[in-house]
Amino acid sequence: MKKLMMTAAVAALTIVSTGFSASAADKLKIGFIYLGPVGDLGWTYMHELGRQMMVKELGDKVETTYLENVSEGPDSERSIEQLARTGHQLIFTTSFGYMDPTLKVAKKYPKIKFEHATGFKRADNMGTYSGKFHEGRYIQGVIAGKMSKTGTLGYIASFPIPEVIAGINATILGAQTTNPNIKLKVIWVNTWFDPGKEADAAKALADQGVDVIMQHTDSPAAMQVAAQRGIMAFGQDSDMIKFGPKTQLTAIVNNWGPYYTRAAKAALDGTWKAEDTWDGLKEKMVLMAAYTNMPDDVKALAEKTEAEIIAGTLNPFKCPVLGQDGKPVECKGGANLDNGQILGMNFYVKGVDDKIPGK
Amino acid sequence: MQLVLEKRVERSTKIAILSPLLAIALTLVTMSILFAILGKNPVMALYVYFVEPLTDSFTLMEIAVKATPLVMIAVGLSLCYLANVWNIGAEGQFIMGAVCGSYLAVVTNGTDPGPWVLPAMLVMGAAGGALWAMIPALCKVRYGANEILTSLMLVYVADLIMDYLVRGPWRDPKGMNFPTTASFDPVATVPTLFETGRIHWGALAALIVVALATVMLGRTIKGFEIRVVGAAPRAARFAGFNSKKLVVFTFAVSGALAGLAGIIEVAGPVGVLQPGISPGYGFTAIIVAFLGRLNPVGILIAGLFLALTFIGGEGAQISMKIPLDLTKVFQGILLFYVLACDSLILYRIRLIASPKKAAHGTA
Repeated sequence: MKKLMMTAAVAALTIVSTGFSASAADKLKIGFIYLGPVGDLGWTYMHELGRQMMVKELGDKVETTYLENVSEGPDSERSIEQLARTGHQLIFTTSFGYMDPTLKVAKKYPKIKFEHATGFKRADNMGTYSGKFHEGRYIQGVIAGKMSKTGTLGYIASFPIPEVIAGINATILGAQTTNPNIKLKVIWVNTWFDPGKEADAAKALADQGVDVIMQHTDSPAAMQVAAQRGIMAFGQDSDMIKFGPKTQLTAIVNNWGPYYTRAAKAALDGTWKAEDTWDGLKEKMVLMAAYTNMPDDVKALAEKTEAEIIAGTLNPFKCPVLGQDGKPVECKGGANLDNGQILGMNFYVKGVDDKIPGK
Repeated sequence: MQLVLEKRVERSTKIAILSPLLAIALTLVTMSILFAILGKNPVMALYVYFVEPLTDSFTLMEIAVKATPLVMIAVGLSLCYLANVWNIGAEGQFIMGAVCGSYLAVVTNGTDPGPWVLPAMLVMGAAGGALWAMIPALCKVRYGANEILTSLMLVYVADLIMDYLVRGPWRDPKGMNFPTTASFDPVATVPTLFETGRIHWGALAALIVVALATVMLGRTIKGFEIRVVGAAPRAARFAGFNSKKLVVFTFAVSGALAGLAGIIEVAGPVGVLQPGISPGYGFTAIIVAFLGRLNPVGILIAGLFLALTFIGGEGAQISMKIPLDLTKVFQGILLFYVLACDSLILYRIRLIASPKKAAHGTA
């Protein structure tokens, strides 16, 4: 027994001492805080793919750690600080709810760099990054307007935050270009990830005569329901074609890898600055999955729309944008709505058959 | 030959003490095997889980922060369970406590109302939890409704009430439509104990609750009543104890403690009312109550131990890349062994000759 304890103690000591020496020096330690499990096939999974892409690019210049399933409640501040305390020099917190905890820890550790996804609070050592997902939504709208036979689209929405509202608006604006009388039904499920609720919402929409389903939630459940019902759907976060080989028209793919690589490189060569990054199709933070299950002319139209958005000749929020009451919205960006109006969007455009919850 | 469980004539005190230790030992052995299968050094993994968090003031404080609500809720629940009253809805009472207490923080936000706010919030939090617990208590006393079902179902009702409030009337006007209240003012926040770290006065409150519960259970007639009603209801009736009143009493106390834990958590480490304020504390506390064998001091130890596994599990994710799922497996295995070993207090294992063979012999 005594011998065993000695061995244990020696082993523990060696571990501690090697732990300190190995991680020092040149390698940049990078930490990630994930909301869901890495296997959620949605939001967190795509951040994990982004991390893997960065590791592949930068090889042994970086060492990464992630904490998964970190709830946005009392635990997140501790988890972020744990990473800060264990020598991580660059920390990505990948959900909106980590905003205040990230800011608190960033103030406590001014030498460590923080990057917060989809938030709006920044500091000298805390930047933010997000994707222009509404660009992809607009393309989906263009396709859906063409493909829908019932003229009614269904939208499974998570929370009435500006990003989600902008997504709904971009969808219908795109759809109106191909079918001026298109209707859009919205169901709020008040969750980002709950396959049961998402499937129920998809069934309810299908029962109401919807024949194209799109979602701003993370699981492939709605895609599977659409496949069973023989209607069409769009994937979200990742390419969900394997859940609906005959169902998926395209998918919005969150492509974080290039950004993570860029930020890590900047941190390595000392040029990192806390910035507000908002990238879209052009910068490849948002990608469209292959256009499938549609006739060639619709596919060509979708590709053309994508090319125009990338070239900057088409903006989903081109003025005049009509509000739900049919009156044009103030146009702060000259020819288009400005970024602030999109990032803080709190109104529906004409044609949305819904009321923003709590408004 | 076969193994049988045989009921003991008398409870064995020696086994009662040894059982949790045996359970922990078996858990450690099982976990070591699992670590080894994953290709991780078991000694190092166990060190990261159980020793490393105790060597650093930051993690020690975080263990206390994590254990505070668990211990508070579990002490209240133990009173119920000792009296054979099955309150499963502490999670809902926790949430309603947080909601009722937050009301003051929300309406006084930005008005600099003075130092009375926090004490008033704590009182309202406890009252809110107690009132929410009254629903299943009265349903049981008045209509004989099963309190396991009613208290559990009310968890979801409480969750939805909070959801409605933070998405609607209480939503932070500057919060970009996110479902959260504005950050509480400093006067509406539970102060931390030290300059650095998140440990707050709630941790001391939890210790006081443990002390009061110990005195009540060991030294007062009420404590005696709780145990008699739970262990021997018929005897309790002859002694003139009113079991209905006791249902109301234990529900009220456990609801108040859960509600207090809720408002302390929201006004302390979280600082806002938002969905997800509780990562299931009300349910984890049930495990804590039984791990602590329904004894206040035992609960304190069990709460700290479970908090240690959470913090250690996080450390293991960071330094050894051990997946979070293994921490959950670990907690499950621990509970399994504790319950399994507990059966040894009432039963003993004996090796006996197969009864089948014996039957043949006599035939």
